[in-house]
Amino acid sequence: MRCLQVSNQDLEERIPSYEELEKLENEEAGDRPKWDNKAQYMLTIVGFCVGLGNVWRFPYLCQSHGGGAFMIPFLILLVLEGVPLLHLEFAIGQRLRKGSVGVWSAIHPYLTGIGIGSMCVSFLVSLYYNTIMAWVMWYFFNSFQETLPWSQCPVNANMTGLVSECERSSPVDYYWYRETLNTTPDIDNTGGLQWWMVLCHVSAWALLFICISRGIETTGKAVYITSTLPYAVLTIFLIRGLTLKGSLNGVKFLFTPDMNELMNPTTWLDAGAQVFYSFSLAFGGLLSFSSYNSVHNNCEQDAVIISIVNGATAVYAATVIYTIIGFRATEKFDDCISGNILTLLNTFDLPEGNVTENNYDQVLHSLNGTYPEVIQGLNLKTCDLNSFLSEGVEGTGLAFIVFTEAITKMPVSPVWSVLFFIMLFCLGLSSMFGNIEGVLVPLQDLGVFPKSWPKEAIAGTTCVLCCLVGLIFVQGSGNYWLSLFDSYGGSIPLLIIAFCEMVGVVYLYGIDRFNDDIEFMIGHKPNLFWQITWRFVSPAIMFVIFVFYFITKVQETPMYKAWNPESENFPTLEEKEYPSWIFAIIFILAGIPGLSVPLTAIYKCLRNRCCKKDNEFKQDDLNTIAKQVHLTDEATKNKPDIPETADGR
Amino acid sequence: MISYVFWGSLALSGIKEGMLVWILFLLCQVGAPALAQDLCQRDAPNGYKVRISLKTALGEDAYEWNQSEMFFFQATMAFAMRRHFQMETYNVDNIILCVQTSRVSFWFVVTSPDNTTMLIPKADVEKAVRMSRHRINNAFLLSDRTLEFLGIYPTLAAPVNPDTPPWLIVFGVVIGAVCVGIIALLISSLLQKRRKEKGMTEDGQDEEDMQVKGVENGINLDGTYNRGFTDDDRFTKL
Repeated sequence: MRCLQVSNQDLEERIPSYEELEKLENEEAGDRPKWDNKAQYMLTIVGFCVGLGNVWRFPYLCQSHGGGAFMIPFLILLVLEGVPLLHLEFAIGQRLRKGSVGVWSAIHPYLTGIGIGSMCVSFLVSLYYNTIMAWVMWYFFNSFQETLPWSQCPVNANMTGLVSECERSSPVDYYWYRETLNTTPDIDNTGGLQWWMVLCHVSAWALLFICISRGIETTGKAVYITSTLPYAVLTIFLIRGLTLKGSLNGVKFLFTPDMNELMNPTTWLDAGAQVFYSFSLAFGGLLSFSSYNSVHNNCEQDAVIISIVNGATAVYAATVIYTIIGFRATEKFDDCISGNILTLLNTFDLPEGNVTENNYDQVLHSLNGTYPEVIQGLNLKTCDLNSFLSEGVEGTGLAFIVFTEAITKMPVSPVWSVLFFIMLFCLGLSSMFGNIEGVLVPLQDLGVFPKSWPKEAIAGTTCVLCCLVGLIFVQGSGNYWLSLFDSYGGSIPLLIIAFCEMVGVVYLYGIDRFNDDIEFMIGHKPNLFWQITWRFVSPAIMFVIFVFYFITKVQETPMYKAWNPESENFPTLEEKEYPSWIFAIIFILAGIPGLSVPLTAIYKCLRNRCCKKDNEFKQDDLNTIAKQVHLTDEATKNKPDIPETADGR
Repeated sequence: MISYVFWGSLALSGIKEGMLVWILFLLCQVGAPALAQDLCQRDAPNGYKVRISLKTALGEDAYEWNQSEMFFFQATMAFAMRRHFQMETYNVDNIILCVQTSRVSFWFVVTSPDNTTMLIPKADVEKAVRMSRHRINNAFLLSDRTLEFLGIYPTLAAPVNPDTPPWLIVFGVVIGAVCVGIIALLISSLLQKRRKEKGMTEDGQDEEDMQVKGVENGINLDGTYNRGFTDDDRFTKL
C-alpha cells in the first residue's frame, strides 16, 4: 500500500531502531520505568478499562436496547472496533516507548496535536471524574451508621412533620440532591462551595496523589487492590442478590431479547460508542502504560485478553446490578399493591386478608362495578413492575438513588452500603490512574516542568492544580457542570483523536513499517484480520460514529435536567435550556482538544516555514547510557592518550 | 328514685296524671340506651374512629377480636381518661362503642362520669390518648400504625443528633491515614536521595583513587571507562 502512504522524512532519526531497542532490553535499566511483573501491567490496564461506565452505563444500554439482543451489536463492534484499536495503541506505545505526545511527535512532528489533544481530554476527564470519587467517598463516610441517613426523611424545624421537599419526592432523592449536592435550581446560580463536599474533594485528590506520586512504582502496587476488589464485591453482591426476592425479575428484564431493536440504528451507534468509551481509547494512558513494557511483550495477546475481560466484566456487572434492581422493583411493586389493598380494606371496612395480591384485580373489578364513584375518588396508584424496573437506572442516578434505595431495603444495610461504595471507589480510582498518566507523561514530554523536579513534585503540582480547578464541581451547581463536561468534553474530541490515531499510524507511520515492528516485537506478522480492520473497518466505524454523534449533538438544543423544588412536575427533573454563555464553554470543552490536531499541525508548519531550521524536526535523541558509551568510544578513538579525571565529562 | 317520682307525682296530681308521668319515666329508662346510641354514631362530632390491623401486626399470632377485646378496649380508654384528668373517676360505661365492622374498626365516644348525656370534647380525648398512647398500644401488642385513632397523628420520634456527625469521624480517620502516607512518602524519597548522593561521592572517591593509582603505577586500565555509571542523576533518577 505504498501509494497511500505519505512520505515521512527522517522518521528513522526520531524513533529508536531495532538494535537500540534490543540494547535497551538486554543491557541496562534505561531511564524509563518498568513494570515489576506482567500481572501489574494487566491489572493496571484492566483497572483503567473497567470503570464506572461498566457498572452504570452498560446495564442501562443493555436493558433499553432490547436486552439480550444488545449483546449482538456490542460483541460485533467489540471485535471490529475495540480490539483493533486496543492492539494498535499497545503496539505503538510498546514500539516507540514514549507517552502520547512523544509517540505522535516521533511519528511526525505535525501530529503532535494528537498527543496534545489526548492530554487535554485526559485533563478534562480527570477533573470531573475525581468529583464523582468525592461523591462516592461522601456516601462511603456516611455508611457507617446503623440507620442509613438516606433511608428516612428528616423532621422539619417545627417537629410537626417531615421536610416538605423530602415528602414530595423520596428520602434517597432528597439526600442526593439536597444533603449531598445542595443543588441549585439552575446552572446560573452557583450556590457557593459546599464545605462538606470540599472536604471529600480534597481527600479524593490526596488519596489519588499518594497512589500516583511515583508513577507506576506506586500505582503498580495500588492496582493489586483497586483492580481486584471490585470483582470480589460484585461476586458478594451477586450471591446476596440472588437470594433476595424478585432478583430474577430483574435479570429476566435485562436479558429478554427484543430483536426488533437491532433494526434501530441508535442501538448500533450506542453499542459502538459504549465499546469505544469503555476501552478508554485515545486518552493516551494506554499508550503510556504499554511503553513501560519489555520490547518483546506479546501485545496482540494482551489486546485480546483485555477486550474479553472488559466485555465479560460489563455483562457480569450488569447481571449483578439487575438482580438488585429487580429486588428493589419487586419491593416497590409489593408496597404499591399493599398500599392499594389497605386503602380498599379501609374504605370498605372489609376484614383483613380478604383482599390479597392474588385476587386484587378481581376484587377491584367487582368493587368498581358496584361503587364506581368511590373507587374513582380513592385515586389508587397503578402498580406496574416494568415501570419500576426501568426507573432512572443510568449514571449517578443508578448508583446514588436507585441502588442506595435498594440497599436500605436489605437487612444489615450499612455493610452492603460500605461494600458497594468501596467497589465504586476502586473502580473509579483505577480509571483515574490511567487518566492522570495521560496528563502527567505528556507534561513531562513537553518539558512544562523543570527537569530537576522529582516525580513527586510534578504529581503533587498537577494534583493541586486539578483540585483547585475541580472546585467548580463542588459548588451548588456542580452537578450541572459535571454533566456538561461529561457530554461535551469526554465524547466528541475522543472520536476525532482516535480517528486521527488510526490514520496517522496506518498511513503516515506506514502500515508496512508497523507490521514489521510487530513482527520484531512478538515474532509474527499480524494476520489478515488486523490488516483489514486497521486499514479500513475500524477507521470507517469511527468515522460513522463521529458523524452521527456530531450531527445529533449539533441538531439538538442543549438541555439539562435540573432539580427544582418549585417546578410543576416536581419530583420529576425539569428540562431547561442552557444559557447562551454556556456555548462558549462547550466550544472550549469540545473544540480545543478536537481542533488541537489541525491547529498544532498548522503551527508547526508555519514555524518550519518561517524559521527553516532542519534541527526543528529532530526530536531529542534517545538519551541512553548506551549512546553515551558509543559517543565516548568515538571520542576516545580519536584521542587515545588523554587521561580523564573522575569528574571529566 | 322511682319511688320518689311515684309518690311525688301522686302527691302533685291525681292518680291519672301520676300514671302518665310514671309511663313517661319508664319510657325514659328504656330509651336511655337508645339515647346513648345517639351519642355514639358514625362521624359523631366528638367521637373517634379506631382501626385495628391485627393480621398486619401479628401475622400468625393474631388473636381474635371479640366482645372481651372490646371490653378491654373500653377499660383501656377509661384508664387513659383517668390518667389524663386525674380527678374524675371514669368507668367502663363511660366509653361507648358503636359501628363495629369486620375490618375491625369502630367508633367511640366518651361520656362524662357525672352526666352520662354529656360528651367529653374531642380535644380532651385526644390529649388523653396522646398521653397514654404507648400504654394503649402495648396493651394490645400493637403499634401506632396498626392501632389507629383516625385524626390523632402519632408523634414523630425526635431525631437523634449525635454531637459529631459520624461521617466526620470516618473522614478524620481516612484523612489522617492519607497525611501519614504523604509524610512517609516524602521522607522515604528524601532518604533515597540522600542515600544516592552518599553512594555517589563514595564511588567518586574510589574512582579517583583508582585513576591515580593507575597513572602512578603506569598501568593503563584496559577497556573503556564507562562514564555512564558516574554520570549525573539524569540516568538514575526515575
